Amino acid sequence: MNKVFKMAAAASATRAAPSDMAAAKTAASAASLALHVLAECPVSKARACVLKLPHGAVNTPVFMPVGTQGTLKGVTVAQLEELGCQICLGNTYHLGMRPGPELIEKANGLHGFMNWKRNLLTDSGGFQMVSLVELSEVTEEGVMFRSPYDGREILLTPEQSIAIQNSLGSDIIMQLDDVVSSTVTGPRVEEAMRRSIRWLDRCAAANKNPHRQNLFAIIQGGLNAELRKACLDEMTKRDVPGFAIGGLSGGEEKDDFWKMVTLSTDHLPRGKPRYLMGVGYAVDLVVCVALGCDMFDCVFPTRTARFGSALVPWGSLQLKQKQYAKDFQPIDPECQCATCKRHSRAYLHALFKSDTAAMHHITVHNICYQLTLMRSVRDSIIEQRFPEFVRSFMKRMFPSSEQYPSWAEDALASVNITLD
Amino acid sequence: MSCRCVSRFLNYFQRGGMKLELSKVVQGCRLGVLIGIGKTGQHSLELPGCLLYTRCATVPHLTQDTLHTLTYLPAGAQVALDGLAEHHEVLEEFKEGVRKFAGLHDTALFCSLHDPATNCPTGHVTNKTVSVWGSGGRIEMTAARFIAMQAVIQPDCYQSMADGETWQTNTSRKRVHKAVNRTLAHLDECLTLHHKTPQLKHTEVFGVVEGGDILEERVRSARETAKRPVAGFVLDGFQSAAMEQELRGQLITAVTAELPVEKPRMLQGVGRPDEVIACVEAGVDLFEGFFPFQVTERGCALCFDYNVTPDPEAAALSPPTVLELNGERPAVEDPKQNDVGNTGTMTQFEINLKDIRYREDFRPLVEGCGCYCCKNHHRAYVHHLLVTSELLAGVLLMLHNTAHYLGFFRALREAISHERLQDFKTTVTKVDFGGRKQLH
Repeated sequence: MNKVFKMAAAASATRAAPSDMAAAKTAASAASLALHVLAECPVSKARACVLKLPHGAVNTPVFMPVGTQGTLKGVTVAQLEELGCQICLGNTYHLGMRPGPELIEKANGLHGFMNWKRNLLTDSGGFQMVSLVELSEVTEEGVMFRSPYDGREILLTPEQSIAIQNSLGSDIIMQLDDVVSSTVTGPRVEEAMRRSIRWLDRCAAANKNPHRQNLFAIIQGGLNAELRKACLDEMTKRDVPGFAIGGLSGGEEKDDFWKMVTLSTDHLPRGKPRYLMGVGYAVDLVVCVALGCDMFDCVFPTRTARFGSALVPWGSLQLKQKQYAKDFQPIDPECQCATCKRHSRAYLHALFKSDTAAMHHITVHNICYQLTLMRSVRDSIIEQRFPEFVRSFMKRMFPSSEQYPSWAEDALASVNITLD
Repeated sequence: MSCRCVSRFLNYFQRGGMKLELSKVVQGCRLGVLIGIGKTGQHSLELPGCLLYTRCATVPHLTQDTLHTLTYLPAGAQVALDGLAEHHEVLEEFKEGVRKFAGLHDTALFCSLHDPATNCPTGHVTNKTVSVWGSGGRIEMTAARFIAMQAVIQPDCYQSMADGETWQTNTSRKRVHKAVNRTLAHLDECLTLHHKTPQLKHTEVFGVVEGGDILEERVRSARETAKRPVAGFVLDGFQSAAMEQELRGQLITAVTAELPVEKPRMLQGVGRPDEVIACVEAGVDLFEGFFPFQVTERGCALCFDYNVTPDPEAAALSPPTVLELNGERPAVEDPKQNDVGNTGTMTQFEINLKDIRYREDFRPLVEGCGCYCCKNHHRAYVHHLLVTSELLAGVLLMLHNTAHYLGFFRALREAISHERLQDFKTTVTKVDFGGRKQLH
């Protein structure tokens, strides 16, 4: 009875949500995004939604594979569609450099350039500049860096980041934020947080296509709860279509990480999507769904595939290792991907010595693993059995409960999910 | 394709399950079908044709999903011992052959000694052994080991062991003579062992014709090999780097004259469209499919025209070729420099998509091409993938180049069938270096 009531309440809340949002918005708001909360976990903060975007609906919680340079490492768009991917990422920094926004605009945006019919999300380019380019300097104006291709000094301002993303035509665009490493402490963290708020306003003003490109704010504030809270207070005053939790997943302690995530979801509006940036390990995904996040991205599943690492419900298989040379089983006998239906661990082990197709096989498998995991998570939320799902997921992932990471146990306990 | 009466007569002499049905011979070109390949005789290959090129039993860059976007695939694929020898123990334990091990589609398999697209160091053939190079270095094989390898690979056909190290210029007459003798001795030993190996009961053996560039040795090798109970012949040592097409044509014509008409002849190491046509005229039936792979590896796309217009008057009105549209000057190439060992040098049959001129070219690789790449992507995108070294470049180019190359072989068979070979040759080789088509 209780469950039914909860479901019905969730559904009516969903119907109410758009009008609430509309009421909260100014008349000028033209977001082309709608979030329908289908179900909420009665125990934790987990929720299952449908996110309507210009290029189709996205079922959340969702993992978004990363196609950095307008291609998902060796996988065709047909294969990606076949895998059921509804949204993937492109990187503004890389695409802005090569082939450049002018060319992509001529090709009818990134969708046309790569012939991807579904949704795209692009980042602001700021993160890559800070992480990839040695010579970068952040001022109030923007991020100054030296092009690794021709050595030119380039200033990326919030306006320019949005202009590039407008040329790319992605369905979700990200504000330029002042990124500091999550391990940095002191006044620089607050400066970056305050500047990110100012930059959000500049980005919102610069967005030429609010009716078809949804600008997401990025919550900053490092590992400092007060700064995070201050950022949340300021940013949630703005009428942005969605929010990202940024500045995490950069080598900080997991105990600090989850606390910042849960603090953020506590203060983010229910009716807007929450995107946790740079998170992609299976355990992190499941825990952060429990903490109330909807969207995730990470290069890990596709990058690790190219090094021969196949993701499975009990961890991963390093297929280049000799132990798989005569292992004639598929990567995961229960997996329904094209790789597992046809190839054995032994063959992939052998193929790694001679052809790139070995990488493609594992990339396809790993994307399938991530998307299947998120579908299972979502189904369990809709069917109101998410806590049981988490327990069986953890049991499968770790050989014994002694091996459960304490941060995950703590994080789950904070949302009332206890592990066996 | 009528004229089956000739082939029925020829079939009478054919051994084993595999049969060559010749339907027509025009200007030396043999049109036909190789039928009854495989354990249950389920595969047939149209001739002249080429095999699907593989490395470790995978078409390079392609998964089965992407491979099967190609609407037409030949019924045969080639595997090479270089890439497979190091997996001997694994295949032995697997027991069901490399096709099943690799998750390959339902295809006939031909096992050759060497990968045609990889340089193979010389100086390692002895009276008793040959060597192949895998990822872990050299593997030396006696006939016993060679046959044991075939027994675990379980191909439908394989080439016998051979001393193929006589292709380099200035190889002495004595060395060539020795290579022919050794290759015959290897063949005899392989055949003896083959018949004692139950796993190879349904597998056919191709004898290898050697002889370098010496006519008498080529003829002797062909005659002697033809005396053995082989299902077909491999013509070795004619690779593009080894000799001029004129000499190659003369030698192959002399060799095929010695070979029984009812058995297939496969040529190794030749893949350029113009050379393929010339070798078909010299009596070759079957080629290796490595050429599109080499074109792919150098970031190029095959774009030559192979469509013979049915009406010569319409030819004058036919749309301009790709090269014409680009005002392009293809790299003129000396066949002697075509290094089979790696990606080779660019030929007149392809465009270099890394070139800056394709940066904003939103046309398909080849207008009207039905491959996955041309139907879904444009040159500008493939150019971008190449300059950013993205893995998808290899996938898309391999799909296009394979489709184009297989289309060329289909058109070649059509041309022979309709006795339009001369027009076909003109079309394929018509690029003049001002970038304009020569109308005939």
